[in-house]
Amino acid sequence: MATTEHIRPVKPRRGFTGRPSPSPGRLSGRLPWMLLLPALLGLAFLVLPLAGLLIRAPWPTLPQRLAEPHVLEALRLSLVCATVATAACLLLGVPLAWLLARVEFPGRRLVRALVTVPLVLPPVVGGVALLLVLGRRGLIGQWLEATFGVTLPFTTAGVIVAEAFVAMPFLVISVEGALRGADRRFEEAAATLGASRWTVFRRVTLPMIAPGVVAGAVLCWARALGEFGATITFAGNFPGTTRTMPLAVYLALETEPEAAIVLSVVLLAVSVVILASLRDRWVSAS
Amino acid sequence: MSLRARLVVTRPAFELDLTLEVAPGEVVALLGPNGAGKTTALRALAGLTAMTAAGRISLDGRALHTLPAEGRPIGVVFQDYLLFPHLTALDNVAFGPRCQGFSKTESRRVAAELLERVGLADRAAARPRELSGGQAQRVALARALAVRPRLLLLDEPLAALDAHTRLEIRSRLRRHLADFDGATVLVTHDPLDAMVLADRLIVIENGTVVQQGTPAEVARHPRTDYVARLVGLNLYRGVADGTRVRVGELPLSTSERLDGAVFVAFPPAAVALYRSRPDGSPRNLWQAVIGGVERHGDNVRVHLDGPVTAFADITPAALADLDLTPGLRVWASVKATETHAYPA
Repeated sequence: MATTEHIRPVKPRRGFTGRPSPSPGRLSGRLPWMLLLPALLGLAFLVLPLAGLLIRAPWPTLPQRLAEPHVLEALRLSLVCATVATAACLLLGVPLAWLLARVEFPGRRLVRALVTVPLVLPPVVGGVALLLVLGRRGLIGQWLEATFGVTLPFTTAGVIVAEAFVAMPFLVISVEGALRGADRRFEEAAATLGASRWTVFRRVTLPMIAPGVVAGAVLCWARALGEFGATITFAGNFPGTTRTMPLAVYLALETEPEAAIVLSVVLLAVSVVILASLRDRWVSAS
Repeated sequence: MSLRARLVVTRPAFELDLTLEVAPGEVVALLGPNGAGKTTALRALAGLTAMTAAGRISLDGRALHTLPAEGRPIGVVFQDYLLFPHLTALDNVAFGPRCQGFSKTESRRVAAELLERVGLADRAAARPRELSGGQAQRVALARALAVRPRLLLLDEPLAALDAHTRLEIRSRLRRHLADFDGATVLVTHDPLDAMVLADRLIVIENGTVVQQGTPAEVARHPRTDYVARLVGLNLYRGVADGTRVRVGELPLSTSERLDGAVFVAFPPAAVALYRSRPDGSPRNLWQAVIGGVERHGDNVRVHLDGPVTAFADITPAALADLDLTPGLRVWASVKATETHAYPA
């Protein structure tokens, strides 16, 4: 719509004109306990369970438990599936983000809303939905099996599909934000130098939004790694093919709680590493 | 004519409609106040802003308005240069040839040649953020020239530079534009840039041409108030009491009799400079410091700092006589009959 070019006079907010806004930290005096107390409680609520996990972890036997074949198998499966799912999300999600950020089309807002649905959808529901569409009797699943002999449910590929379904919105949102924040005039400059839209995207846009793509991919990977509900619904829980770490944790909790703790510590460690790698971009920057 | 264009852009609350003709090798400056439509005109030429159906651009007899930006034989130097931050200076310049289908090696060879021409061969490996403003401007020019354009477009090419760099880059740019055999259109709000760089000025106000001609013609016969101010008149706002006008600390005498807020204007050529305090008839006199000296047509333009900043145009002979150098204190005077005062 061309009307976005309209220039509207900006009305200064009442009581805000002429005065410099007070910088944070200028307010002094006693901290109000009405705020401080719940704040500290909230902090404890977030941190204590993690601390508990670390305290109860069987540290002396940790290395040998980690080396158990079914743990290694689950870990390997988790890493492979999360990585392949992230790659699939990059392949499909970056162009989707570009479409949402750069192309005007009717219903764009609706499409953007639809893209974020998996973000708020209970993963189990996602798994059921995937079964209905990609299951052996599903709309597309039937055709996939008849034409290519491919079945997705209860296979490793199914795990990847479930993880990608749940994790892709993280990537799309992050990349779309980066695209919206990128200075489009660089793309115009590239066009005047004779670059086609594809060349502009490949040689100018993508390098400039690379940090956003990386941040999105890492978040997407972390989400895929922890995926439980959609995976167990759509792909089941078969050791070696679909039993990823979160599934293994849940299962172990019923039989040998110590193993569950060990697996949880491993997932916690992975999360912390991701957080550390993103701390500049995601945690402190905003 | 190499470029013939009728640029028509319609937006809510703004309409641009101007005709433009540029001969091969000619440099035309679009001059105008902010919001006049200069940059819109340039973007329309580049294909970055859509024109209405009435718009026409032909370059060397070929229709340009039907082509997308990437299909037009143009080179653009943007206001903030817009060098790709992730590429070296060399690869920035090689970007255009690369898009035109040259090999990587060939593109880099062309780019190195152009960087050499703008005197930046030693900065080829630098990223844009490591370049000074003046260097970035030259890389941007090299990048625009690397596509062998038939039409060169420059958007405020000197606006982002500080005053000192500006003088040097302006004369460099003048030489490069003289070497370029295609049509050049540059946009500026700085009359000095326009005077120095352009063969012809087109003054735009509110989306239409209000005046055009050689810099000298435009300066001699200003047709609007904006143009009068634009073409190098020294202009001050002051408070008049009869023929006396107070401009800040400086009292000036004028030939017109006025009261209240006024503008006082006088041409730089009306300013006389002296090494020591002149005697004789009472005239407007103040002590000034030489801020800079540069060529201006057949004359020399002296920048004066002091109670008011002013330009004085003197002959090269006078310059030699007075031995003026920046930082020197001089006396400046203007006859009351050469000032022009009118209500503000």
